[in-house]
Amino acid sequence: MITRVLVANRGEIARRVFRTCRDLGIATVAVYSDADADSSHVGEADSAVRLPGNAPADTYLRADLLIDAAQRAGADAVHPGYGFLAENAAFARAVIEAGLVWIGPPPDAIEAMGSKIESKVLMAAAGVPVLDDLPPDTVAAADLPVIVKASAGGGGRGMRIVRELADLPREIELAGAEAAAAFGDPTVFCEPYLATGHHIEVQVMADAHGTVWTVGERECSIQRRHQKVVEEAPSPLVERIDGMRAHLFDAARAATKAIAYTGAGTVEFLADDDGRFFFLEMNTRLQVEHPVTECTTGLDLVAIQLDVAEGGRLGGESPATQGHSIEVRLYAEDPAQGWAPQSGTLHRVDLPGVTFTTAATPSGIRVDSGARNGSVVGIHYDPMLAKVISWAPTRAQAARMLAGTLERATIHGLTTNRDLLVNVLRHRAFLAGDTDTAFFDRHGLDVLAAPLADEQAERLSALAATLAGDANDRVHARVLGGIPSGWRNVVSQPQRVDLDGPRGPHAITYRQTREGLRADGFDGVGLVSVAPTEVVLDDRGVRRAFTVARYGSESYVDSALGAVRFTVLDRFPNPADHVPPGSLLAPMPGSVVRIAAAVGDVVAAGQPILWLEAMKMQHQINAPTAGVIAELPVRAGQQVDVGAVLVVITRDAPEGDTRELH
Amino acid sequence: MTVLKTAVDPGTAEYAANREAMLGKLAELDTEQAKAVAGGGEKYVTRHHQRGKLLARERIELLVDPGAPFLEFSPLAAWGSEFPVGASVVTGIGVVNGVECVINASDPTVRGGASNPWTLRKTLRAGEIAIQNRLPVIGLVESGGADLPTQKEIFIPGGQIFRDLTRKSAAGIPTIALVFGNSTAGGAYIPGMSDYVVMVKERAKVFLAGPPLVKMATGEESDDESLGGAEMHARKSGLADYLALDERDAIRIGREIVGRLNWRKQGPAPKPDPAPPIHDAEDLLGIIPTDLKTPFDPREVIARIVDASDFDEFKPLYGSSLVTGWAMLHGYPVGILANARGVLFSEEAQKAAQFIQLANRADTPLIFLQNTTGYMVGKEYEQAGIIKHGALMINAVSNSTVPHLTVTMGASYGAGNYGMCGRAYDPRFLFTWPNAKSAVMGPAQLAGVLSIVARQAAEGRGQVYDEDADAKMREYVEAQIEAESLAAFLSGRLYDDGIIDPRDTRTVLGIALSAIHTAPVEGATGYGVFRL
Repeated sequence: MITRVLVANRGEIARRVFRTCRDLGIATVAVYSDADADSSHVGEADSAVRLPGNAPADTYLRADLLIDAAQRAGADAVHPGYGFLAENAAFARAVIEAGLVWIGPPPDAIEAMGSKIESKVLMAAAGVPVLDDLPPDTVAAADLPVIVKASAGGGGRGMRIVRELADLPREIELAGAEAAAAFGDPTVFCEPYLATGHHIEVQVMADAHGTVWTVGERECSIQRRHQKVVEEAPSPLVERIDGMRAHLFDAARAATKAIAYTGAGTVEFLADDDGRFFFLEMNTRLQVEHPVTECTTGLDLVAIQLDVAEGGRLGGESPATQGHSIEVRLYAEDPAQGWAPQSGTLHRVDLPGVTFTTAATPSGIRVDSGARNGSVVGIHYDPMLAKVISWAPTRAQAARMLAGTLERATIHGLTTNRDLLVNVLRHRAFLAGDTDTAFFDRHGLDVLAAPLADEQAERLSALAATLAGDANDRVHARVLGGIPSGWRNVVSQPQRVDLDGPRGPHAITYRQTREGLRADGFDGVGLVSVAPTEVVLDDRGVRRAFTVARYGSESYVDSALGAVRFTVLDRFPNPADHVPPGSLLAPMPGSVVRIAAAVGDVVAAGQPILWLEAMKMQHQINAPTAGVIAELPVRAGQQVDVGAVLVVITRDAPEGDTRELH
Repeated sequence: MTVLKTAVDPGTAEYAANREAMLGKLAELDTEQAKAVAGGGEKYVTRHHQRGKLLARERIELLVDPGAPFLEFSPLAAWGSEFPVGASVVTGIGVVNGVECVINASDPTVRGGASNPWTLRKTLRAGEIAIQNRLPVIGLVESGGADLPTQKEIFIPGGQIFRDLTRKSAAGIPTIALVFGNSTAGGAYIPGMSDYVVMVKERAKVFLAGPPLVKMATGEESDDESLGGAEMHARKSGLADYLALDERDAIRIGREIVGRLNWRKQGPAPKPDPAPPIHDAEDLLGIIPTDLKTPFDPREVIARIVDASDFDEFKPLYGSSLVTGWAMLHGYPVGILANARGVLFSEEAQKAAQFIQLANRADTPLIFLQNTTGYMVGKEYEQAGIIKHGALMINAVSNSTVPHLTVTMGASYGAGNYGMCGRAYDPRFLFTWPNAKSAVMGPAQLAGVLSIVARQAAEGRGQVYDEDADAKMREYVEAQIEAESLAAFLSGRLYDDGIIDPRDTRTVLGIALSAIHTAPVEGATGYGVFRL
C-alpha cells in the first residue's frame, strides 16, 4: 500500500495529485525551488522539501535530489506529474531502484516512446498508421511544407515549420538548440506538415494484468505554437465521422499493448477532415488536459494511476462517457504581442461559480490552478495560471458556461489570454465544431485576440477607473477628505487623469459639479454612485456597474462589458525614467542568448541584433530602424526584465550630433 | 443633540422668485470671475502657451493634490478699479502633498504679471492668512515687477512682502518659491527670502539689475543667463536649491519639498466621518429673500451648513433677534452667532458678549452669520444703554482669541458690521453671499440723512430749499451708496476674501476651519474693561 506520495512537480499538477491523495488518505510530500517556496502546492502538502535554486536543471530536473527528498520525507511512492521528469526513463528507474513505487508506466515503455523517431517504427510494426519520416538531408521541395520536431520533445518545444527549402538548415539548427536546451537531446527529425490537421488523442489506462481501457478521446486542435490552448472531450471530428472512434481506439490499444504499457497514457494522432489519422506520439504520463476525460467519465485518473501502481486491476470494460467537457489553459501571455509570456505578480485571481467534482453531475466548472492571489509568475517556469474546465450535457452548453465564467473572472496583475479564450469559445467556427490546428491562423488573432471590452466599454471603464481613483484619493486624503472632489470656488479647468489602456491613451477630463458628473466626451453618461472600488454609471439610461482595483499605478476595471487594465500615468514624469530616443526595450523578461552586433555597427532596419530566450522560446530582436548602434548595455547570458534597454540606435554616425542621447 | 427642522416650502412662489434672483446674481458673479480666469486675454494666453509655459491656474492645478479642493481668495480683487479683475495674481489655499498651503501665483499674462496696488493688497492678504493660520507658503513666481506708473502706492508698502516672508520663516512657517520666469529687481528678494527655491532651467531669471542697468551702472557687459539664470543660481550663487528641467519638473520638486516638511497641524483634529446636513443646501437659494428688508430665519441656513443639521441653541428665549448656539462643521466644533431680525438690541449684545466668552473658555471657533442693520437707535434704547451694550459685544469680539469666521449673508450695516466681526475685526476668513450689502447705513437712509441735514442748513440760513435739487441729490447719492454697498464692489476692495455661492458655504467654512486648525486654537484670557 502506498502511504506517502512525493510529487516531483510543481503548481497545479502537484495540487491535482495531492487532492486525490488526500481523498484516499495518502500523505503528501511537495518539492519546491526557491522561487516556488511560497507556492500553493507547497503549503498544501503535508511536508515539503526544498530544491535549492530556480532553473529546472537545478531543481525539478534533479533526479538525485528528488529521490533524496522522497527518502528524507519518508515517501514510499513518487508521482512525476507532467513535464520535467515525467517521461524520463532514467528517473523512473532510479525511483524504482531506490525502493520507491513509481506511479507511472514501466521505464522500458517510457524509453520506447521517448524517441519519436524510434517510436514511429515501433508503431508502424504494430499496425498503427504513421506519417512518413523525412530524414532532414533528404527533404526536397516537393515535400514542403515540413515540420521539424525534436525527437525527445513535447509541448511544442523544438518544433519549427519550414515552407522554404532555404530555411531548412537554419530552422533545424534552431530547433536543435531549443531541443538541447529543453530536453538535453538535440536530435530532430522532419515530417510532412499537415497545415489543417486535427489533433486527436486517446486516453488509455492499462494495468499490469493485461487490461487496457480506452477512456474516450480528446480533441486538442486549437493550438498556438504547437501548444494546446483549448481541449475537449469528446472530439467534434470523431463525433462527426462514423466509425472513426472504433478505429482510433483500436489503434490506441494496439500502441499501448505493443509496449506493455501500464498506468495512464495518451496516444496522440493527427487526423484530417475525412477522419484519416496518423500516430504522432504517445505521452507516457498524465496529460495536462486529463480533466476533460474525468469530467465526461466521472473517473479520477490519478486514483486509478495509484491503484495500478499498487498492482490493482482495472475492472470490466472501458468506461462510458457522457456529456461534453471543454478545458482552456489560462496563460499569462499576450496573444496580441506574439504570445509574449508575462511575468510579475498575480495580484488577484478569482474564478466565479467554481465547483470541483468529477461525479456525474450534469454540469459544472472545475478549476485546476497553482496560482493564487499574490502568486509571482516568474520566468523560470510555464506561465500557465489555471486550467478552467466546464462540463455540460452538450458542447454548446459547455462552451457557453466556460466563456461566461472566464468573462466574469477577476484576473489582476498579468496580461492573460482570457479574452482570446472567450472569443474562441464564442466563435461561430468553434461552435460548429470546425476546429483544426490552423484555427488561429484562419480566423486571425486580430479577431480572436481582440479585447472583450469594445471601444466604448474601454472608454467607460477608463472613466470608472478615474472616478474610483478619485474617490480613493478622497478617502485617503490627510486633510479635507470630506470636501467634494475637485471643488473650486473659481473654476478654470476640469480635473484631468491620463490613462493608458489596451486601445491607447485616454485623457479623462471631468468635473464633479452640483448638477452631477460632467465628463468631456461622455454626453449622456451620469454618475449613480462612486466608491474607491465600485462605480455605477448611467449610460444613456442603462445602469452599468464597474469594479475597480488598484495596484500601484495599475487600475483594473471589471464589468459585464469586459475587463480592462489601465496604467494611470503620473502627472509628473520622473526624469530618472527618461529613455534615450532610439532605445530598443526588452519586450519580455528573459535571458540574452546571443548578440549579433556591436557598438558602432551600422545596422539596417529589421536586421537581427540579438536573441532573447524566454519560456524556452527564442525571440529575435531586430533593429527597428536603420542607424548606428550607440549603446549595447547587455551581454550574452544576462537576464533582463521587460522594458530593459537592450540597444540604443542612433540615426547618425557616432561622431555626429548625439545631443538627443543625453 | 437637536436636529433642526425646516419650514421651507420649495413649492412657494416666493421660494421660486428668491431662487431665480439668486441664480441671476450667481450668473453675474460667474461672468466677473471669468474675467479673472481669462487673465490677460486670449492673445497673451496663446502667446504664453506657445512659449511652452503654463498659466497661473494650470500651475496651481498641477501643484495641488488630484481631487483636493482649492479655495481661491479675492478672485474679484481690483473689481471696479482701473486694473483688470483678479489683480494679476491668484491666491488661495490648496492641498499639496497632503499639506494645506497658501499658494500665490502671479499671472504673467496680465501685463507681464506686474504688481499694481491691488496685487499688493491681495498678496499681503494671502500672506496674512498664511501667518495667522500657520500655513506653508508656495509662491509660483513670474512677474515683471512693479507696475511703474503706480509705484508710489507699491514701492514703500510693498516692502512688507519681503519682511513677511522672512517673519514667516522665523515663525517656523515654511516658504517655498518656484521661479518660472522673471523675478528681478525687488522681485529677486522673493526667492531671496524663501526657505526653499526651485528655478526652471532656461526660464527663471533672478537678478537685481539686468544687462542694460548693469551696463549703465558699471559699464560691465553681461547677459541674462550669467546675471540670473537658473543654472547659474543652482551652480554658482547658490540662490537656487533645485534646478528644474521644466515647469512640470519644478512643480514636482515643489510637491516633494512640501512632502519632506514633516508638517504637523497644531490645532485639534476634526471628528472623523462627519454627517452631512439633513437639509438640502440647494434650498439656500430659495430661502434668501430678494429684498434685504425681509428678514429670514438663520436657523434655516444653519440647518444647511452644520453636521447632521444638529444645532444646540444657547439662550433661545433671550435676545431672540440674535441666534447663538453650538454645532459641528466638517467635524470641527463651532459656536455660531447669526442675526435673526436684523436689529441688535441690548439683550442681543449682552447675549453675544456672554456667548463669545463661553466659546473662548472652551477654545471653540466662532462663526458669525451677518444679516444686521445695526444696533437699535432711539431715545428709549439710548437711555437703556445701547451704546454700553454694543460696546460689550464689540469688546468681546475684539479681544476674543478663538478663530472667527464671518459670512455676510445679507445686510451688514452700521456698528452691526463691527459687532458681528466685520473685516476690521480680523476674522480669519470673511466670505460674502452675492446678494449681500454693507455700508454705514442703507442708501435711502444715508441719502435721507444728507437731505435732512441740508434742509436744516438751508432753513438755518433762511434759504428756500431746492426740492428738485434735493430729489436729484438723493437719487444720485442713493445710487452711489447702493453701488458701493454691493458685494462685488466690496470684494474688489479686498473687504472680504471672496464672494461665494451660498450653496458652497459649508464647503468653504470646512476648508477654512481645517486651515485654522493648522495653528493652535486657544481662547482669550482677558478682555477690555466691560462697561457693565
